[in-house]
Amino acid sequence: MTLTGLSIAEARAGLDARDFSAVELVQAHVDAAAALNPRLNAFITLTPELALAQAAGADAALGDGSAGPLAGIPLGIKDLFCTKGVRTTAGSRILDDFVPPYESTVTANLLRDGAVFLGKTNLDEFAMGSSNMTSAFGPVENPWKRAGDPGAVLVPGGSSGGSAAAVAARIAMGATGTDTGGSIRQPAALCGLAGIKPTYGRCSRWGVVAFASSLDHPGAFARTVQDSAMLLQSMAGFDPRDSTSVDRPVPDYAAACRRGVRGLRIGVPREYRADGMPEEVDRLWRQGLDWLRAAGATIVDVSLPHTRYGLATYYIVAPAEASSNLARYDGVRFGHREPGHDLTELYEHTRAAGFGEEVKRRILIGTYVLSAGYYDAYYLRAQKVRTLILHDFDQVFAEVDALLTPTTPNAAFAQGEKMDDPVAMYLNDVFTVPANMAGVPAMSVPAGLDGQGLPLGLQVIGRSWDEETVFAVAQVIEDAAGFSVLPALRAGVVR
Amino acid sequence: MTYTLQGSTGTWEIVCGLEVHAQVISRSKLFSGAATDFGSEPNSQVSLVDAAFPGMLPVLNEECVAQAVRTGLGLNAQINLNSRFDRKNYFYADLPSGYQISQFEQPIVGRGEVEVELPDGSARRIGITRLHLEQDAGKSLHDQDPSRSFIDLNRCGVALMEIVSEPDIRSPEEAGAYLRKLRTVLRYLGTCDGNMDEGSMRADVNVSVRHAGEPFRTRCEVKNVNSIRFVMLAIEAEARRQVEIWEAGQEVHQETRLFDPARNETRSMRSKEDAHDYRYFPDPDLLPLVLEQGWVARLKASLPELPDAKRARFVRDYGLTPYDAAVLVAEQSIAAFFETVASGRNARLAANWITGDFFAALNRTGRTIETSPVTAETLGALLDLMADGTINGRIAKEVFEAMVDTGAAPADIVQQRGLRQVTDTGAIDDAVNAVLAANPDKLAEYRSGKDKLFGFFVGQVMKAMAGRGNPALVNEALRARLSV
Repeated sequence: MTLTGLSIAEARAGLDARDFSAVELVQAHVDAAAALNPRLNAFITLTPELALAQAAGADAALGDGSAGPLAGIPLGIKDLFCTKGVRTTAGSRILDDFVPPYESTVTANLLRDGAVFLGKTNLDEFAMGSSNMTSAFGPVENPWKRAGDPGAVLVPGGSSGGSAAAVAARIAMGATGTDTGGSIRQPAALCGLAGIKPTYGRCSRWGVVAFASSLDHPGAFARTVQDSAMLLQSMAGFDPRDSTSVDRPVPDYAAACRRGVRGLRIGVPREYRADGMPEEVDRLWRQGLDWLRAAGATIVDVSLPHTRYGLATYYIVAPAEASSNLARYDGVRFGHREPGHDLTELYEHTRAAGFGEEVKRRILIGTYVLSAGYYDAYYLRAQKVRTLILHDFDQVFAEVDALLTPTTPNAAFAQGEKMDDPVAMYLNDVFTVPANMAGVPAMSVPAGLDGQGLPLGLQVIGRSWDEETVFAVAQVIEDAAGFSVLPALRAGVVR
Repeated sequence: MTYTLQGSTGTWEIVCGLEVHAQVISRSKLFSGAATDFGSEPNSQVSLVDAAFPGMLPVLNEECVAQAVRTGLGLNAQINLNSRFDRKNYFYADLPSGYQISQFEQPIVGRGEVEVELPDGSARRIGITRLHLEQDAGKSLHDQDPSRSFIDLNRCGVALMEIVSEPDIRSPEEAGAYLRKLRTVLRYLGTCDGNMDEGSMRADVNVSVRHAGEPFRTRCEVKNVNSIRFVMLAIEAEARRQVEIWEAGQEVHQETRLFDPARNETRSMRSKEDAHDYRYFPDPDLLPLVLEQGWVARLKASLPELPDAKRARFVRDYGLTPYDAAVLVAEQSIAAFFETVASGRNARLAANWITGDFFAALNRTGRTIETSPVTAETLGALLDLMADGTINGRIAKEVFEAMVDTGAAPADIVQQRGLRQVTDTGAIDDAVNAVLAANPDKLAEYRSGKDKLFGFFVGQVMKAMAGRGNPALVNEALRARLSV
């Protein structure tokens, strides 16, 4: 039995049956990390001693019957979640060796349920990127390879690229991510994983380094829909320390995965049929609809007319909030500091040295769109469009129970591709951004391969607070797709 | 009362509006659980939220919202059931997050007004434009080290109410009266302690000048003036500066200035061109603030009697003059003191004693109403001794001074010092006879028609009796004796 090949559900069953111990399970993943991470660079910080200590604790809990639902399950934690006593970088030089004296609510919830943390996963700097190429700690290699082109190093997507690569390569059984414009769903699609972004307000943002507060959604990666449901079950819940967290009961997501789609109405938004979309993406989309129809769902054509403004609007709102959220990285209280002759120089030198190009670009855009004389034309207008996008979703969800779209316009691309033109990079998120703008739940589920043998994902979008239907639809696709191909680089297969 | 400045080209009127920053009385800060006590060890009252650590989020303190609503109600202002928090972005070392959470477009309190009483007895209404909640910044300490600045974040995140007046103020005196009235209302409400020397109330002063009847001219803002006296001085100094500029044929430029009390002048801090672009936008970490009408109504029902209402009641129920009433309601403790003294007694006499001898004694001894050796009960007892004829008014002054010195009860002082009023007509007659016998020349003058000497004789008799003679009986005895 290969412990690193198990799903979370299988591992949990094995732990309960005493087929293996949590320490054995975690040791297998620690070993995988040691073997693979030097190449993949999926983790910025590995904490094997801590992980094994947590595993020993899980074994004790399993022994005395007090084990939580994730006892002994080794996870990767996106290095945007503050972890008490463990360096947290946000993928940036500016935080330097910042060690938070606090644990984010979401990771605290996972620890409460017995999860084991292997370390902090790589990401685009401050979660700004769709390739993991903007990380100050270097790019992450996607464990998948193009057929016949093993030399090309592909990106895992971003910003949660390290989390996706770690789970795909079987270093971690699951991982946390954050999704501001697609940062869970896009890497999930590019790495052949299930990735869920829940409803805004479902998972607390407390202790998560902020990128764009109104768009940031903590969420989960796993290799199966059910595993992602188990992780979200633990992560979700009301948190009075986050004013945008909502006090609603968290439903039983694992049960929702088994609901099926019989009688559901699934919408196909015509605006997602982008010009120049590769035929294989379109074909997979139609395939997904056929699967759902065969499982008893009704397929309905719908319109989300303001989708076309989603990306442009996103690239006003997100940088605007980021320009303000990142003002605190000033070298005064924590993190990196470059000396200067006066306070202004200290700020200028620190921020010039501490932030990378993409972060600086977005801070400048954000500062610009909030400036006197431009606020109305950019930020205010973007907020109005955002309201219209939300209205679009309200309208279609009066007719249908969920939407099905491709997650991305393409499969994983190589490091170096799309790097010259930031806008080409931004187009990666064209299908994922609207769900962030509206705050509705959405997930990517692996559905097939492209012509080069790379995974492609389909996106299920649901009503606010109805992750259950999202999981049900995704589970049907997962079952129908029978996605069983493994990435070239994975635990046990190291070249 | 019209206040003007006389220039070489004519008379100038002052136009002034005030932005008052009033620190909210609350146990914890506006968006964090850190304590707010004044004067604690530097950086001992700082939460991770206040220090803007990564991933920290603000959570609104309901008590601060209630305090703002109470203040709005006390200023007769519109309470906005829907308001919003915005970020005001700027970089400074004592502003850890790089933005101040404030209310820019939708403040919690809208228009209101304050009636101020001026020393000449007239009253003016000063409009309130708005009141909004915002965070205070920390303190930069530049004088602790030759080469470094220190930062104290204790104050960072404490709730402030910014109370903005209309440009209705026309003189330094009106500005002073407005600030005093505002402070009185805040103290009655218990929403701000109003201590300007501790910085819990600070004022930004907007000043322009114009000839009567003109539209407004360019204004300048004098920042962070920290006493009522300095506000009044700053207005006059800034207005004079502007008059000189206009009269020299030049333009006043809109800018932010600072008041230098040592030189009694304002100087430029930054011009309009250097003004910050604060890039206000709604704080995405906070939901819009929605108040329930019922909650506001419950706060309103629980408000204490406010100074205007109390003053009206003092005029109506105690027959005081409006000015005396205004003086007595300036502090709740004084008003309560008055009501205790006046209860069952001559209220106007009580008011006279409090605003006269009592306040003078407090001033002279540097005490407050809370630390005064003379209590409302002992002052009342003194009034009772006068009312029942035990002592006369003149002796009462002497007894009062002894009360100030010793804190003793007036009856004991009268007893120990033998100050009881003499009502024995025989003793009075003896004194009258002795005085007339000793002043034959004055008696002759009186008899030849110089009636005014009657007062002289009264004084001499009282003096002969060490002030203890019953004034009415002395008068009666003298009149009887002189008419013979």
